[in-house]
Amino acid sequence: MLDNLTQRLARVMKTLRGEARLTEDNIADALREVRLALLEADVALPAVKAFITAVKEKAVGEEVIGSLSPGQALIGVVHRELTALMGEAHTGLNLATTPPAIVLMAGLQGAGKTTTVGKLAKLLRETQKKKVLVVSCDVYRPAAIEQLKTVAEQAGVDFFPSLPTDKPLDIARNAVDWAKRHYHDVLLVDTAGRLSIDEAMMKEIAELHTALKPIETLFVVDAMLGQDAINTAKAFSDALPLTGVILTKLDGDSRGGAALSVRHITGKPIKFAGVGEKLGGIEPFHPERMASRILGMGDVLSLIEDARKGIDEQKAVEFAKKLKSGKGFDLNDFKDQIGQMRKMGGITSMLDKLPAQFAQAAGQLPVGTEDKMIRRIEGIINSMTSDERSKPELIKASRKRRIATGAGVQVQEVNRLLKQFEQTQKVMKQFSKGGIGKLMRGMKGMMPGMR
Amino acid sequence: MFGFFKKSTDKKSDSPQPDELTPPPATTTALSWRERLKAGLARTRAQLGGKLKSIFARGKVDDELLEELETLLLTSDVGMEATQHLLDELKSRAKRDKIETPEGIQKALSDALHTLLLPLEEPLDTSAKRPFIIMIAGVNGAGKTTSIGKLAKHFQSQGLSVLLAAGDTFRAAAREQLQAWGERNNVTVISQESGDPAAVVFDAISAAKARGIDIVLADTAGRLPTQLHLMEEIAKVRRVIQKADPTGPHETLLVLDANFGQNALAQVKAFDKSINVTGLVVTKLDGTAKGGVIAAIARQCPKPIRFIGIGEGIDDLRPFNARDFVDAIFE
Repeated sequence: MLDNLTQRLARVMKTLRGEARLTEDNIADALREVRLALLEADVALPAVKAFITAVKEKAVGEEVIGSLSPGQALIGVVHRELTALMGEAHTGLNLATTPPAIVLMAGLQGAGKTTTVGKLAKLLRETQKKKVLVVSCDVYRPAAIEQLKTVAEQAGVDFFPSLPTDKPLDIARNAVDWAKRHYHDVLLVDTAGRLSIDEAMMKEIAELHTALKPIETLFVVDAMLGQDAINTAKAFSDALPLTGVILTKLDGDSRGGAALSVRHITGKPIKFAGVGEKLGGIEPFHPERMASRILGMGDVLSLIEDARKGIDEQKAVEFAKKLKSGKGFDLNDFKDQIGQMRKMGGITSMLDKLPAQFAQAAGQLPVGTEDKMIRRIEGIINSMTSDERSKPELIKASRKRRIATGAGVQVQEVNRLLKQFEQTQKVMKQFSKGGIGKLMRGMKGMMPGMR
Repeated sequence: MFGFFKKSTDKKSDSPQPDELTPPPATTTALSWRERLKAGLARTRAQLGGKLKSIFARGKVDDELLEELETLLLTSDVGMEATQHLLDELKSRAKRDKIETPEGIQKALSDALHTLLLPLEEPLDTSAKRPFIIMIAGVNGAGKTTSIGKLAKHFQSQGLSVLLAAGDTFRAAAREQLQAWGERNNVTVISQESGDPAAVVFDAISAAKARGIDIVLADTAGRLPTQLHLMEEIAKVRRVIQKADPTGPHETLLVLDANFGQNALAQVKAFDKSINVTGLVVTKLDGTAKGGVIAAIARQCPKPIRFIGIGEGIDDLRPFNARDFVDAIFE
């Protein structure tokens, strides 16, 4: 749907070729493209304007060094500025106070506050060994308290019960008492979703803040928000002294321009990003990756991290040994690799993180087929005997027929799999001989789009 | 909030309670509805209309005016494509009709927007089938379950019997939330302890047939279009509905939050691909959000907007009317 910035710039940059230095004149068109790209990514206009001015200042006079084209030089500046604007590095929660450290959550309806409370609670309990209490002050939405209770159970943290008939302020005060008496390290206070123009509700949360004196007041924002994110953020930061922001639903395919808008208005660090519906789905926020995402440059770093998470360390070591010893790469290894790919969330979730140009090329396949194919491949390999798996050259016509029947596929599919395997084997051989450098060169030949 | 005060002073004679159970008499419905919409969109208007006036005051369609209009439309989430379209439309109208007054320009733009949105105005006709099965989908937090409550109320006020299927078996307490709504509205909610959303919906349809219910509202769990397995799951819910009733689902509603930016487009496309969306519900238009993404949708993947949500009250969900919507923005 969206061209990425690199492609957009490539069009206007044609005229820029041969310039040794970026000047105000020669980047004007390019900056317009940057502006459009940001707007399409849902960055709010005032934030875009401020950003463009900053980029212009920085870019003018920038030397186009070495092999970089002027376009790349400009993208470099844009990316650097964007990263800088969103805060240099990840900042965690500040819990350094007399326990309980109170964390207050605020945000619009449906931003994901309750889910985020659950995720934070689990994170604090598991990674920092904190004793966590959660409480819901949402007396308005039906079953909101019930939801937090369930979430708290799943996260394995304590839940302070409240009733829809109570006053939010009383609930919060009682929860603080309880937390003090039971030596909880952290108290997470969930609140009802509210519109920024609802004065009564905004007053309520301001009162909650005054009464609780939380060390962290987190503003929960949906990454899908559009231009209005800036107004919402302004209203919330006017009413409450926010200390940080949590960006939710980042696993969607939105570009997340709201991150920039919110940051521009509040000036507060984005502390975490919510990804996925499971309680483990919370990650530290990485400004440089978000910058890439907004610009449509892909989130390659997250992909690498996913890969690291998905791969079984021990297996990887064994695999490396096997390769080094020069022993062949067989179908068992092939299956392992495929299994690991699935663990990483399947090919489709990997595609999300790739730069737009690759994702486009790969996205031409109908949605879901890749994952189906993986399952099918596993099925076929499972239908082979262990002999066949370690010595695939054994597999001839009649064995193929048997395997195909066993896996419930056509013989052609078995052939296709064997061919794929052979290709992979070839790559692996190269890898064991010439190391990673040679492999990368080989890859370059396979992917014409890569520069 | 200002909008709310204004609303109640505007029409003191009318129902002062936002969640009044009986709808106002038919003669005043249109007017009060328009009032409510206007109040709901007060922010949008203040944001857009106020600035528009000063832009229009120049009285001439020149580059500067177009540039400023572009900025304005973009900040309303209208998106590049639709903005370009509206501006081109305005330019050609201005040329053709020699428009030179501020009012003329305003009218030309509002007409262009109206023309763009009119095809989306297509109210839902539930009389064709019984039970009329409505499936509701959307991303997390768009307001699906809340909208279902309001829809139930809407249909009840038309004298139709309603049954809710608690198909959100994933999110904690989603079932309880729907049950609470059901209790408030005196509507039966079919739910199961856990398990497959498709099974719950199947049950609900069978129950509706047995009890001679007019309308079945099937809730589903929120999902992001990137979660392919969940998109697969919702496609299954749709298939199972077809199994229970070969003509169903008679309406597949996608719930969109007016706060969403350009991603709303991607959502419409993705959900349409897997469950064949037949209508939209746009929620939370009472905030500061402008819902301009409606125009982008009209331009790039038009789907009828069946309802818009303009408040938290139980009857603040109403059919979409393009003229009212445009008027509310430009007046």
